[in-house]
Amino acid sequence: MSTESIAWPSATAESRSFVDHLHDWVATVDHKRLGILYIACALVFLVIGGIEATVIRIQLIRPHNDFVSPQVFNRMFTMHGTTMIFFVVMPIQFGFANYLIPLMIGARDMAFPRLNAFSFWMTAFGGLLLYFSLVGANGLYGAGNAPDVGWFAYAPLTSQTFSLGHSTDFWTLSLLVSGFGSIGTAINIVATVLCMRCPGMTLAKMPLFAWLNLVMAGLVILAVSPLTAAQIMLLVDRYLGGHFFDTQAGGSAVIWMHFFWIFGHPEVYVLVLPAFAFASEIIPVFSRKPIFGYPVMVGATVAIGFISMSVWAHHMFTVGMGSAANTFFVLSTMAIAVPTGIKIFNWLATMWGGKIEFKTPMLFCIAFLFQFLVAGLTGVMLGCAPFNWQLGNSYFVVAHFHYVIVGGILFTLFGAFYYWFPKMSGKMYSETLGKLHFWLFLIGFHLTFDFMHIPGLLGMPRRIYTYEPGRGWDIWNLIVTIGVFFQAAGILVFLGNLLWSYYCGKAAGNDPWDAWTLEWATSSPAPAYNFPVIPTVKSRRPLWDLKHPDDPDWKYE
Amino acid sequence: MRSRGSTNWRVVGSQIFVCVCCSAAAFADLAPPLSPTNIFAPASTPAKSIFGLSLFVLVVTGAIFLVVFTLLLYSVVKFRKRKNDDGLEPPQVYGSNQVELAWTVIPVLIVVALFMATARVIASVQKTARLDNAIEVIAIGHQFWWEYRYPALGVVTANELHVPISDENQPTPTFIELLSADTDHSFWIPRLAGKTDLIPNHPNSMWIDPHEAGVYLGQCAQYCGTQHAKMLLRVYVQPRADFDRWIQEQRQPAIVGSAVSHGQRVFETTACINCHTVAGTVANGRFGPDLTHLMSRDTIAAGAAKNTPENLRQWILNPDAIKPGSLMPAMQLSDEELDVLTAYLETLR
Repeated sequence: MSTESIAWPSATAESRSFVDHLHDWVATVDHKRLGILYIACALVFLVIGGIEATVIRIQLIRPHNDFVSPQVFNRMFTMHGTTMIFFVVMPIQFGFANYLIPLMIGARDMAFPRLNAFSFWMTAFGGLLLYFSLVGANGLYGAGNAPDVGWFAYAPLTSQTFSLGHSTDFWTLSLLVSGFGSIGTAINIVATVLCMRCPGMTLAKMPLFAWLNLVMAGLVILAVSPLTAAQIMLLVDRYLGGHFFDTQAGGSAVIWMHFFWIFGHPEVYVLVLPAFAFASEIIPVFSRKPIFGYPVMVGATVAIGFISMSVWAHHMFTVGMGSAANTFFVLSTMAIAVPTGIKIFNWLATMWGGKIEFKTPMLFCIAFLFQFLVAGLTGVMLGCAPFNWQLGNSYFVVAHFHYVIVGGILFTLFGAFYYWFPKMSGKMYSETLGKLHFWLFLIGFHLTFDFMHIPGLLGMPRRIYTYEPGRGWDIWNLIVTIGVFFQAAGILVFLGNLLWSYYCGKAAGNDPWDAWTLEWATSSPAPAYNFPVIPTVKSRRPLWDLKHPDDPDWKYE
Repeated sequence: MRSRGSTNWRVVGSQIFVCVCCSAAAFADLAPPLSPTNIFAPASTPAKSIFGLSLFVLVVTGAIFLVVFTLLLYSVVKFRKRKNDDGLEPPQVYGSNQVELAWTVIPVLIVVALFMATARVIASVQKTARLDNAIEVIAIGHQFWWEYRYPALGVVTANELHVPISDENQPTPTFIELLSADTDHSFWIPRLAGKTDLIPNHPNSMWIDPHEAGVYLGQCAQYCGTQHAKMLLRVYVQPRADFDRWIQEQRQPAIVGSAVSHGQRVFETTACINCHTVAGTVANGRFGPDLTHLMSRDTIAAGAAKNTPENLRQWILNPDAIKPGSLMPAMQLSDEELDVLTAYLETLR
């Protein structure tokens, strides 16, 4: 049979209907498409979670405001927290890991493509389940709609006694379902990184991105399992007459806290390690130098992974653990500042002596360094148990962890979007719009989260739908709320930039940044099989070796 | 009363205060006008110990911030790509073990110092022996109000805690046992002490020894349900004689005048008595605040409103107007019943 005689059905885009495209995306097991699905799904939830945050901030713009009722406010902060952690940041990180890891390690797909698709759909349906509570959670009691127990859902507020109807069940089930997805993807990442690397790429020659995501995936497996167990125990309590957390029948509220935070603190590192991964790829390329101290960066990452499993109870300094336990968790919490500090110093040393180009991805990473420094230092303050007795559960804590999650993670994520957008879409984004997004978001971020520390120092607890005048909190809350509108404008510019660049941007070429890792060796966007020929590498920067045959890295590593 | 550790910390704290004169100190000077709940304006030993430690931590973290921030700023400015760049790649540097060692060891030493300082304060605040003349209070968190019991003095009250001044020479600290009747709460008066949670089935305790008379404010600091925001705390610190007089008054049963017997009948024949106690009458409910000496309190609804006849009437008519989501039901009384009931409650002095 000659090749001319094969008539490819629907070979051209024109002849394919919308349903065909939809089918391709829904049934895909390609790691790049799943990565984009993860990211797109998370962006939708980012907008929803952002709207919830805006409602919260409008309500708090002045004392005794009644923009929303206390019931609605409590639902808003619960949904905002749950959405942002489980359905925005985690899926985006999984999306980038999915898209980039096979490309960076010279593989043609993830280790388990079908598990990959299953995991994505579990996450997506988990998110839908959470939001279905808005219509489905009334139940026979007619009590409330969205969950209103807070994102860490302390017992016994989640028991049948205090949470009528089904809103808490939707919260529980959505985290249970998306938790299976997270564990599936984590197993997939571990297997891919360990088993699918191209010839020559030993663990010590892997891009830091792969290392950081490997540790992240390990943490997901360790941390999400206790959360899943706790959700099942909660369901048993609510429907099968269990008493794990039922304090009126001898259960323990404190056990829930331990279960939740033994998930919850490693979770912070699950979210932040991929952010470190982005910074570790972007900063070297725009400084035109290799990452400083690669082995130490790997060591610090693994150290963070281990130590992060032993710090959870620093979320519980005020629950009356006794001085011995408090002292232990102070030590472990402060210990984790050391490897984290080492990372900041290594990024700094990477920039030192380089030729820094202030392209949008690099701007976001530089802001990340400043902000993560502050977040780390306020973390040390909170790690001092006695200081925490004052600061814990106040707006200082809220400011601190938003400094980590927005100032640290979201900033590097935006950097990652701009850095890899040319690879994913084949188009170059608008640098002007990118810089506008950066400055709007930077101003908004600092207005909101710098000033948010102060009401915490002045005694304002978190999760209050309104506050009394005369406490010295008014002006700070006003400034904080004003910052939100700058951030929202920044997000709109960002989304506009993505859409405009996708449809009208210039072709990006395969390697717009003159970068060094394998994803830039294939076409933009990458073909379904990634690489026509599986590459062979000799150093951590295979494309540097290719571009500088006279001075290759492998001579020095 | 005050342990050696905490005294030393005050000395260290004040030395740092004088030497470094950091911004937190300036913050503290402005404290009372700035906010009645400022954590940097301590008025009791636990809060002062924390304040001393917090100055130390702020100085250390502030110094780290300045050094690293300067380095970052310098490298961003100094190593930016210039307009007249030659287009060559900069020298490729892969790392340096000496440098790595330096920025590992120095942070380790800083962490050790911070840890030791912290451990001392934990011990000084958490491991304090109880004095014989200490005041014992049981604080019970409810959705969404505070119950206070003085078991040794035979007093039960709600929402407004009274304690004596603790003199430096003759300390009379107050030890508070923290219990919860329903969900988790947290007791936080920033100027007196750090917060401690009230968790059902998990008794906690804390102590304060206020040095100045006055009303200290705070509020519930652990999300406990719909009206978490209006679960306000008020601590009245009084000279010993005033405190003793207050105790004497609180121990009296309710005085019932015949002029308000109609109102009393309304109270005792509606659901009010299921939840409220008025000592010496048939009303002995425990779900809501004890009303025996209601009029001795400045506020109602856990600090959400001033205790005026109009507010009281409004509160009985429609609690949601003052505190939406509060567990007190609207009693569906007629205007006339409301009037006589309010008149009765106003005799509960």
